[in-house]
Order: sequence, then structure tokens, then C-alpha cells
Amino acid sequence: MQDILTLGFLATLLATAWRLATPLIFASIGEVISERAGILNIGIEGTMLMGAFCGFAATFASGSLMLGLLAGIAAGVASGLLFALLTVTVKANQIVVGAAINLLGLGLTSFLFRTYYVSTGRGVEIAPPIDIPWLSDLPFFGEALFRQNLIVYSTVIVTILAALLLYRTSFGLTLRAVGDHPKAVDVAGRSVAAYRYAAVLMGSGLAGLGGAFLTLGHSNQFVEGMTSGRGFIALAVVVFARWSPVGAFFVSILFGLFYALQLQLQAQPLLNISYQVFQALPYLMTIIAVCLVGGKSAEPRRLGVPYGER
Amino acid sequence: MTRQTLLRMENIHKSFGPLIVSAGVDLTIEEGEIHALLGENGAGKSVLMSILCGILSPNSGQIVYKGRPLALKSPREAMQQRIGMVHQHFMLVPNLTVAENYVLGQGWPLRVIRDMAQVHARIRELSARYGLDVRPDAVIEDLSVGEQQRVEILKALYHGVDLLILDEPTAVLTPQETGRLLDLMRGLVRDGKTVIFISHKLDEVMRASDRISVMRDCRVVHTTRVEDTSPRELARLMVGREVLMDLPRTPAVPGPVALDVEGLSCNNDLGLPALRNVSLQVRKGEIVGIAGVSGNGQTELALALAGLLPVASGRVRLAGDDITGASPASINARSFAHIPEDRHKMGILLPMSLAENAILHGFGRPPFARRGMLSRDAIATHARHLIRRFRVKTPDEAEPIGNLSGGNQQKLVVARELARNPDFILVSQLTRGIDIGAIEFILQEMLSQRDAGRAILLISTELEELFAICDRILVMFHGEILGELPPDRSRIEELGLMMAGQRPVSDPLRRDPAPAGLSAPA
Repeated sequence: MQDILTLGFLATLLATAWRLATPLIFASIGEVISERAGILNIGIEGTMLMGAFCGFAATFASGSLMLGLLAGIAAGVASGLLFALLTVTVKANQIVVGAAINLLGLGLTSFLFRTYYVSTGRGVEIAPPIDIPWLSDLPFFGEALFRQNLIVYSTVIVTILAALLLYRTSFGLTLRAVGDHPKAVDVAGRSVAAYRYAAVLMGSGLAGLGGAFLTLGHSNQFVEGMTSGRGFIALAVVVFARWSPVGAFFVSILFGLFYALQLQLQAQPLLNISYQVFQALPYLMTIIAVCLVGGKSAEPRRLGVPYGER
Repeated sequence: MTRQTLLRMENIHKSFGPLIVSAGVDLTIEEGEIHALLGENGAGKSVLMSILCGILSPNSGQIVYKGRPLALKSPREAMQQRIGMVHQHFMLVPNLTVAENYVLGQGWPLRVIRDMAQVHARIRELSARYGLDVRPDAVIEDLSVGEQQRVEILKALYHGVDLLILDEPTAVLTPQETGRLLDLMRGLVRDGKTVIFISHKLDEVMRASDRISVMRDCRVVHTTRVEDTSPRELARLMVGREVLMDLPRTPAVPGPVALDVEGLSCNNDLGLPALRNVSLQVRKGEIVGIAGVSGNGQTELALALAGLLPVASGRVRLAGDDITGASPASINARSFAHIPEDRHKMGILLPMSLAENAILHGFGRPPFARRGMLSRDAIATHARHLIRRFRVKTPDEAEPIGNLSGGNQQKLVVARELARNPDFILVSQLTRGIDIGAIEFILQEMLSQRDAGRAILLISTELEELFAICDRILVMFHGEILGELPPDRSRIEELGLMMAGQRPVSDPLRRDPAPAGLSAPA
């Protein structure tokens, strides 16, 4: 029991939380961008799987981590292009297309993985942890928190960039307007469709990167359905974060904490509870969080509604 | 005084498939004038202006602006030509500030926004110059409709306009706010701008404009200087014949009390007080009107009476029976007819047929259903009867009601409600969005219902409608009944002041003067 309360335990917990939150951070910030433009992309689960698989395949073939990450992003963008084509240009129902992308992601990656990789059984070399000078020398927290791999660190940069983009640029201003009152943007002389495409592609690219982290920065293998609902949890994170990128970062960390706690508690024999209960923790928290927040007031007014030009 | 021609639209045609929305329009606008475009709903005013500001492009015809042909492909190009439009439904993004709305879509998309302080300063300067009272850092969703309209007008001025188009700007304003807007339009013209002002309200058009063009059936039928015309002539031009707003009627013979409301208070769906201690009575054989600017509790009053909104305190009695807090079904069963404010949301189901819409109150009971099965013949016969009796223009009773005009839809709603032989009829916005012919027919029908001894409560924002048929008019403001007036057009000024919150001088309930800012402009 004492074990749980030490600083060292907390530091490890926080470090694990950050690492486990990384795919959520990418995916949820991507979804914030997409939803701010009025596009509800529930297909990020499938998009993440495609990112995870393509990232794995590229690194497996080339041995280059960078190439794998780029392949993950590219897979996400390709999936986003399909989604945008169907929802923005064809104006199909976003929920239906999103569900189709999820099925496609799961089916396609499982098929390709079984066909080409399952027999090899080999993994790839995952991104190595890097010490940040000075910060990693801080007592307790330093060593735990600042000995992560590059992808984990990059979540901070992505968060800051997304916030700057949304709140400090003309592009971001227009993007936020597209989700709330697209007609006003049209009348102001900007193409609603172009902004929605841009938002979906950025969002899906980030989801792809989040997926690639799973195979290149977390486990060294691709496993069928390995996202295990993270895409859906990211949707809940967006609501909980009230459609803000910085909010999405911290809410993701909170959910990461549940994942971490789940792992740590499973390892504690002293609590006589079956481990399945702990495994369910992040999902349970998702349901509770969404029920608690609701968050209609911050929701983009035209979320999920296709824009009829003229 | 001859002015230079600023804009000439010649023989403008526009259609969407078989639907013609502009049938050869000619319109000339002179520099520095206020030009009113007058016409009924659907006369083609908004379409014409959408063409002028680049939202729609015409199929044929030409536009000459400042002596040069003009072919706009987008609203952006209109802006570059210094043509600005304030739309009826504002083009303001609710979650952004005033200043952010003004810079929306400006400049290179990847530009980092750094010069907001300058934008704010410019907005303050313009706001002060025109006396508009616009704060640059206010978020749009926190502003009232009147304030948002000022923000929209200032937006056009901010971008720089020579020609400003206002689409139905007074539809959402109190009489006093309207006065302020008309003053502002004068100020703009003094500043060298030209204003086109769309309206269907005769009095405003007579008050505000220099010249008037009347539109009917997607054409401009007449253009005149304001001093050469009269409201009566304009009304005749709008509808193509004399308006008979003075319907023949006999004095009311009020009988026993049908509806008795005592100290009714309610909260709206946001939990804020919407009705405060409302008391009123409606007797058999009289029509009582509720006047007021929309949003002052009228919607909640109708919902509460119909059992659709929980009552916080007070009593509602219908023919002596307490129906406070009763369910809508049980209220409906008590010969209580309801013609709702928004027929599309509450009165009819657009994709369903006339026949189906005509039995919404009794589809589960004989004669329309037996043993759980619908009786097609009985339903069709009933619908055909209503269609004939109310002269609903439709191919047949199987037509989806959404294909009919607003007037014909409303006729069916009225027919359905009256067919139930109600003792009490609750009506909201009886004639909203329907043509003059249907208005007259429906108003006449209400009068004969009154003469047949029914009690009618008419909630409306259209004063003409209230004056035409009511026996008494109550004015609502901020959820309270401020006072009662006879339906006398000569007291319209008094009515306007009460609608803006001023208590009547003779009212013994008078406690305090009207809140500052809501009284008449200096």
C-alpha cells in the first residue's frame, strides 16, 4: 500500500500517463480542428489503425523511424481525403461515412497484416527515449517525465501549434467561423468546402500520426484492432475539452492517467479486485465524462451539417 | 433636383429550374437617395438584392453601376465594388467577437493576426461617428438582435460602402428602435451613401424613403417619389387590388368567461422567468389580442396555456375547470383549439398529405380509425370537406402539405382546428408568412367564429392583424401584461410606447417609469 503513495510511484504514473495519452492527444487535437470546421469525423478510430499499420509497414521495410511516422501521417491524410470527398463534396451523412471508415480501417489493416506480416513475427525498433538536458536531472519527476521518446515530446509542440493556428491566424478564425456560421464565411468570400477539406485532412493526418505512435513509439508490433477504442475516446475528449486544443491535451493526459492507473493497479496484488475492472476504467471514465459535461454550449453550431453552396 | 444615376438594373431574369424568381426586373437607383423596395413575401425583393450583392447571378439582363457594366461572381466582388448588404438573417458568426467578424475572410489566409488593436480603434471611431454604440470586443452571441443589426450595419461601413442594402431591417425591432434605424439611414445619406431598404411595411416606407419601387410577382410594377403616392396606392400596387383591412364587423357581444388566467408565472426552457403574474380573461363572443415585440413572453404564454410548458404558479381555468398543469392531450380533449405560432414546427407535418395532416387530433379514434386500422375513406372525405369549405388550393387531398403555399397550409390548420367545434381558440401569429388574399379569408373566418359565440385569444406581433379583428388588445412586455387598449388605430403611438415597456399613464398599476434606454429616442 505504501508503494502507491511514494513520489516515485506518482512520477512513474504521470510519465506513463503522458506516454499513453500521446495517441489520444494527436487524435483529439485533430478532431478539435475538424469539428471546429463543422465536420464530425467519427472515423478516426479506423484512421488511427491505418496510421498504425502503414507506419509499421514503412519502418519495417526501410528501417527508418522518420519514414514510418511520415507514412502514418500520409495514411491518415489519405483516409481523410476519402472522408472529405464523401462528406464535403458528395455531402453524405458524416456519421455513416465515419462508421464506414472505421470498418474499412479495421478490415483493411487486418487483411494486409495477415497477408504480409503475421508470419514474420518480427517487430520494429521503437523510438528510443531521449533525455532532455537539465530537465531530466530534476529529482523524482525529471527522470520519469523527461526520458520519453521524441513522439511523446512532440505532443506539446503540436498542441501549441494547433492553438496558435486556431486562435492567432486568419486561417484559424475562418475555420472556427466555418463550424459556426458557414454562410457568413461564404459571403465573406472564402470557400467553405476548402476550409472543411483542410480541417479534415489536418485532423486525419494527426489521427494517423497518433496511430503510428502505437506501433513506432509504444509497442513494436502491429496488432489487429490495436487502437482498441482510442479513436472513440478521442471523440469524448473533444467534448470534455470543450473544443479547445489545449483542453484536449490536458483531458487526454487525464485519460492517460486512467490507462496508467489501470496498468499499475493490475500489478498491485494487494487490491483483491479482478483486473478486468481496471481495464474497463478508461472506458467507464469516458462514459461518465460525457454524461457530466454535455457541453452543448461550446459545440460548433453547424457540427455535422453539410453546407449547401448557394 | 436631379440626381445622378448610381445603379441601373435592366430586364433581370432569374429562375431555378421551373421556378421563376425574377421576371424581367428594371430598377434605377439614384445617388444619395433612400430607395425603398416594397413588396409582399415572395415578391422577389430578396432575390433581386442577392443578385445585386453577388450571391446569385442572373440568367439574363444587365446591371450598370457607376456608369460601368457590373457582373458580380461573388459577394467578395460586391464588397470590392463598395456594395454592402445587411441580410435579414445576420451574417455574423455567433462565437466570434465583433472585431473578429469584421476581419473574417480578409487578407492572406495564413496571415497571423496581430493588428487587432487597430481594428478595435477603427470600430470605436466609426461607431462614435454614426452613434451606433458598438463595442469591438463584444461576442456576438451575447448581443440582442437590435445590437447585432447595428454590428452588421457597421460591418458594411467598416469595409467601406457607397451602396448599402438593408433586407427587412425592421422586422426584428421595436417601434422605437425602428425610429432610431430610420434616423441612422438619414445620417448615412448625409454622409454621401446610397441606401436600398427592403420592407413590406407601408408606414415605414412612407416615413423613411425618398423613392419607392413596388414589387409584385417578381417584377417591379411601379416606381414613385414618396410625395407623389399614398399608403393606400402602395398597398393596392403590392397586392394588385384594394386591401380590405377594414373588415366589416359588428360590436362584440361578450358572454360568460371561457378562459380565466390568474397570476400565471412560468420559466422558459433556459429556466429564466418568462411570464410574471399574468392575469387575463377571454369571454365567449370576443377576440382578445396580445400585442408585443416578439420575445416578451408571448410564446411561453401560448405554450403554458396549451399545457406544453410547466406552470410555476398561478391558475388557468377553461370554462370553469382548472386545467393548470394538465397534459396537452387532456387540454386538447376539452374543446380547446390551438393554431400555433410556427406551423412548420407544431402545426403540420410537411412531408405528409393534407388528409393525414387534417386528422392529427383524432387519428386513433372513430371515425378515422377502427380497431387500430385507419379508415381511408372517412379520412379522405373529411379532408375534401375541409379543402372545399376553406378553399385550400391543392390538386387533391393526397398532396404533401409541404408543396402548398404558406397561406394554403395555414388555411388547412385553421380548418382542422375549427372543425373540432372548439369553445376556446388559441391563435398565435395567425397570418405570418401568408399572402393578403389568404389573410383576409382567415381573418374573416375568425370574426364569424367570434359571432358564433367562441372565445378567441390572438397572440400577434402584427399590429394590423390585431387592429383588424380584436375587441380588446393587451400589451405584453418582459413577461407582464402592461395594460389594455381598444383596437383604435389612432392610438398606435401609445401602443408602440407600451410595446417598448412604457406603462400607460392612466394605468393604476403604474409603479415606475420605463427603464432608461427603452424610452423614445431624443
